[in-house]
Amino acid sequence: MFDIIKKIVKYPRLTNNYPDKALDSSLFIGSPEIDTDKCKLCGECVRHCPSGAIKINTVSNSITIDYAQCVFCVLCEEVCRSGAAKMTNKFELATKNKVTLQKGPWVIDENNIPYEPQALDALLQSKIKKTLGRSLYIREVDAGSCNGCDYEINGLNNPFNDLERLGISFVASPRHADMLLVTGTATRNMQLALLKTYAATPDPKLVVAVGACACSGGIFRDSYATNNGIDSLVPVDVYIPGCPPRPQAILYGILKALDKV
Amino acid sequence: MDIFLVWVDIFRNWLTAGIGVPALAAEIFIKIILVLIVIVFVCCNLIVLVWLERKFSAFYAMRRGPNRLGPAGFFQFPVDIVKMLAKEDIIPKAADLPVFKTASICAFITAILAWAVIPLGKGLVLEDLNIGIFYFIAIGSTGTIAFIMAGFGSNNKYSLLGGMRTAAQMISYEIPMAFSLLGVVMLTGSLNLSDINDAQRNVWFVFPQILAFLCYFISSIAETNRAPLDLSEGEQELVAGYFLEYSGIRYSLFMVAEYAHLVAVSAIASIMFLGGWNPLFGLTFIPGFVWMMLKIYFMIFLFMWMRWTFPRVRIENLMHFGWKVLIPVSLLNIFLTSIGLYVFQAITG
Repeated sequence: MFDIIKKIVKYPRLTNNYPDKALDSSLFIGSPEIDTDKCKLCGECVRHCPSGAIKINTVSNSITIDYAQCVFCVLCEEVCRSGAAKMTNKFELATKNKVTLQKGPWVIDENNIPYEPQALDALLQSKIKKTLGRSLYIREVDAGSCNGCDYEINGLNNPFNDLERLGISFVASPRHADMLLVTGTATRNMQLALLKTYAATPDPKLVVAVGACACSGGIFRDSYATNNGIDSLVPVDVYIPGCPPRPQAILYGILKALDKV
Repeated sequence: MDIFLVWVDIFRNWLTAGIGVPALAAEIFIKIILVLIVIVFVCCNLIVLVWLERKFSAFYAMRRGPNRLGPAGFFQFPVDIVKMLAKEDIIPKAADLPVFKTASICAFITAILAWAVIPLGKGLVLEDLNIGIFYFIAIGSTGTIAFIMAGFGSNNKYSLLGGMRTAAQMISYEIPMAFSLLGVVMLTGSLNLSDINDAQRNVWFVFPQILAFLCYFISSIAETNRAPLDLSEGEQELVAGYFLEYSGIRYSLFMVAEYAHLVAVSAIASIMFLGGWNPLFGLTFIPGFVWMMLKIYFMIFLFMWMRWTFPRVRIENLMHFGWKVLIPVSLLNIFLTSIGLYVFQAITG
C-alpha cells in the first residue's frame, strides 16, 4: 500500500492546462492544406480521397477541401506528386457555421456519377413482388461492414420496430431467403462470399443495399480493398443511404423493394 | 357416444347396403379417407401452431407479432407456404440426389406415421394397437434417419454436422423418454393408449409420476428439436443445421414435420400423464375430443413457453444432462414405482 501511495506521490501529473496555455501540437494530425504555388491540379488527391472531400474546378482552376467530409486520413499527402497537399497540425477547427468548413466554391466531383441500376424486365419485377409481397424471408449478408448497419438491422427485430408484424422474418440460410439485405462495401475478401450467397438464393430474389458503403463505397470508396458498393457485383433493387440508416429507414427500403409504400 | 364414429358407421352402411360395395373394399376405402382426414387434421393444427408460435414469441419479446393478413395475422403461414411453392427448388450439384430428395419426404412421413395409434377420443383412432406406446417410440426413433439423410445428402459440412448432432441428441434422449413412459406402463400394465387413458379415470398419472412427466417433457423437447435444445439447427454454429441446403417446398416440408412431431408428442403427453379425454372436475357434458384438444394445446403452450424463455444450451451440456441426469432420474422413477406397486399390492393383498 505504501508503495502505491509513494508511486502516486512521486508520479508527475500529466493533466494539461489547455485553453489557458497553448499545447505542443507538433505531433498532431490536423487539417490538410493545399499549397497553391506547388499544386499542378493533377487530381491525384481527388481520386484517392476516401470521402470525396477534395474537389477540383477545372473552369476556375480551383481546388477545395470540405473539412466536414474530410476524415483526416493523410492519403492526399501521401499521393500528392508535387508535395502541395500537406497535413498541418491545426486541430482547432470547430465552427458554428458549416459553410466555413469549406474552402473555396463547391464543385461537383466528376467521379461521383450516380449508378443506374440494371433495368430488369417490368413483368418479372411485378411477378416477384406479387410472389413475395405478403411473406418475405430475409438473409442479412455482411459484405465487410463496420457493423453499424448490422446493429441497426438488429434494431428491426426489437419491440419498437417488430419486423415480424409485416410478415417479414430473418432466416439463417440463403437457401431459405427471398431477399438479401447487404451491408458493407463488398471488400475483396467478402466479394466471393457475396457472389456465392447471391447464387445460393433461390429465385425470385431481391437485393437491398443498406448504408453508404453498400450503396457507393462510402468512406471506403476507391480503396484498393473494396468494390465501391455492391452494385458492381450483384444487381441491386433498392439503395438505402445513411451511415448507418436508422431502422425505420431500412424498413422503408425493404417495403420500397416490394412496392408497398 | 362420439358423433364422428356415428358418421363413419352411416357412411359404411351407405357404401355396403346403399350402393352395394363389397365389405372389404368399403373398409379399405373408409380407412384411406380416415388417413386423409388425420393428415388434414395435423395440417390444420399446423396453421394454428405456427400462428400461435409467432404470437407467443411476439408476446414474450413484448412485440405485436404478425398482424397484417387475416384476423391477427392468422393467415401468415398459409401465405408463407404458397410463397414457398412458387420458389425455385435448388438441388446442389454435389448432393447425393436420391437421398437428398427423399429426406424431406421421409421426415414428413415419419412425423405423420405416429398418428396411426394416437387416439383423440374414445374410439377416435386409426388403429387401436395393443402396443401403441411401443409403436410411437419406435416411429419416433425412425425420424432420426430422415435428419441424417438430409445432413448427409446435402454434401455440406454444416448440414452433416447438424445431422450428426441430431442423431446423437435424439438417440441419447430416446432412452429417458422410453424409461419415463415405462413408469406409466408399469402402473397400468398395458401398452395400449386407450387402456392407459381409461386407467386415469380417478387420478391423472402426472401426480404419481411427476418425475417421469418432467423427464418426458425435457426429453421430448430434445426429440422434437426445439429450442432450448435445438442444437441440430443452432444458427450461431451450424447456419441452419440439417435442412440448410433445402429451399422452396422441401424446406417447408421440414417445418411441417417439426410441428407435426410436436403435436404428436403433446398428444402422447396428454394421454399418458394428463388423463387424455377424461374430463376435469366431472364436466362430462363437454365431449372427450374437446378435452383432449385442450390438453394437447396446454402441452404445446408449455413447449412454446420453454422455447421463448430459455437460451440455447451448448452441445456438451446437452449430452451431459441427458446421460448424467435424465437417465438416472428416469431409472430412479422406475425403481420408486416398483417399490410403490409392491407396497400397494402387499397392502391390498
